[in-house]
Amino acid sequence: MSDLTPGGTSESGRGGVSWYEASARQRVRLLLDAGSFTEFVGPEQRETSPHLQVFDLPEQFDDGMVVGAGTLGGGAVLVAAQEGRFMGGAFGEVHGAKLTGLLRAARDLTSTPVLILFDTGGVRLQEANAGELAIAEIMRAVVEARHAGVTVLGLVGGRSGCFGGGGLIAGCCSALAVSEQGRIGVSGPEVIETNRGVEEFDSKDRPLVWRTTGGKHRRLIGGADAFADDTVDAFRACALDLLRTTGPLTLDTLRNEQARLRERLDRFGACADARDVWAKRGVDDAGAVPGLPADDFIALAGRVAEPSHDAR
Amino acid sequence: MENLTYRHKAKTRAPGDKPLALVGVVASGNLEVLVERVLPDTDCEVAIATTAKGFGDVWAAVVSDFVERRSPGGLRLSINDGGARPDTVALRLSQAVRSLEEGR
Repeated sequence: MSDLTPGGTSESGRGGVSWYEASARQRVRLLLDAGSFTEFVGPEQRETSPHLQVFDLPEQFDDGMVVGAGTLGGGAVLVAAQEGRFMGGAFGEVHGAKLTGLLRAARDLTSTPVLILFDTGGVRLQEANAGELAIAEIMRAVVEARHAGVTVLGLVGGRSGCFGGGGLIAGCCSALAVSEQGRIGVSGPEVIETNRGVEEFDSKDRPLVWRTTGGKHRRLIGGADAFADDTVDAFRACALDLLRTTGPLTLDTLRNEQARLRERLDRFGACADARDVWAKRGVDDAGAVPGLPADDFIALAGRVAEPSHDAR
Repeated sequence: MENLTYRHKAKTRAPGDKPLALVGVVASGNLEVLVERVLPDTDCEVAIATTAKGFGDVWAAVVSDFVERRSPGGLRLSINDGGARPDTVALRLSQAVRSLEEGR
């Protein structure tokens, strides 16, 4: 379905388009090689949510998930993109099933990488059980695909970030690329504040929220393997690079990851703020990190960021 | 939700070669339009599912104005609406028809 044009903005141009501002369809079309995308279960098939009608809520023809196949730098890839503006990119039954199906196809193909363009607040509350099941099925499908030899990359830079079950799925990926706007977490700031109190986490303190959940912190602690400036071209370069360098999932991957997480907890567990972590990490001026331009930050991260051992 | 369908006769076939296009997103104050070239060249159908009930007269006016201006012959336009204003609807309808003309 390469005929389907993205919504909202002009068709022309590529490189400088903001990832954050782009629609899911626009990201897919501009990320992949020009004209290479073929959609599976496109909007004209009207596979919409079976639940939203019950709540008198509007549906979207693609249920906020675009899946298909294309090429990246000449190599075949499977791709899934969430539309963060439709219900916060949340996982519902159909939305999740499209990604599960894509990952199972990747598992059976064994060598075609999968790119997941996350943009989600987590499970769609109106489809709670179906959404939670979808998250579990997707996590299993990611691991099965990786076990079969498939590289599963997550790209995070959308307006809804990557939270809730989306954060869990991201944690199962082979590697992640993130932009400064691409927040990754499980519980969002408001949820933490509601459950643990404002002393634990003040969701109104935006600088605190951004330096705790934002892409720069994720990159510096090794939770993300690459940092992208907020353009489609930067994400494309990161994806090509990660596809070249990401290794297979083995028992050693998991052992290394376990050791890394234990060491991270020992070393940074007592830190009260992301800035304390960065300072311990070896960043001279931790207070300046949030203001650093992307290029300077990428250079800094290259010097001090923790090796990821191919796992979160 | 309210479902509305309007059928019109169009003067000419909508230009372009693409069989379908999708524009917009379902969000507050926004809408998506799926346009498909599936009808005889003289016909046009606009099917709407909207969260805002009781605005049938406004939809009828916006749709007939659209058919008059763009002459979208042969097209079925399917709308999921999140409560968009009439001017936004008019722009999205025009954008959908233009998208069938754009080359890759």
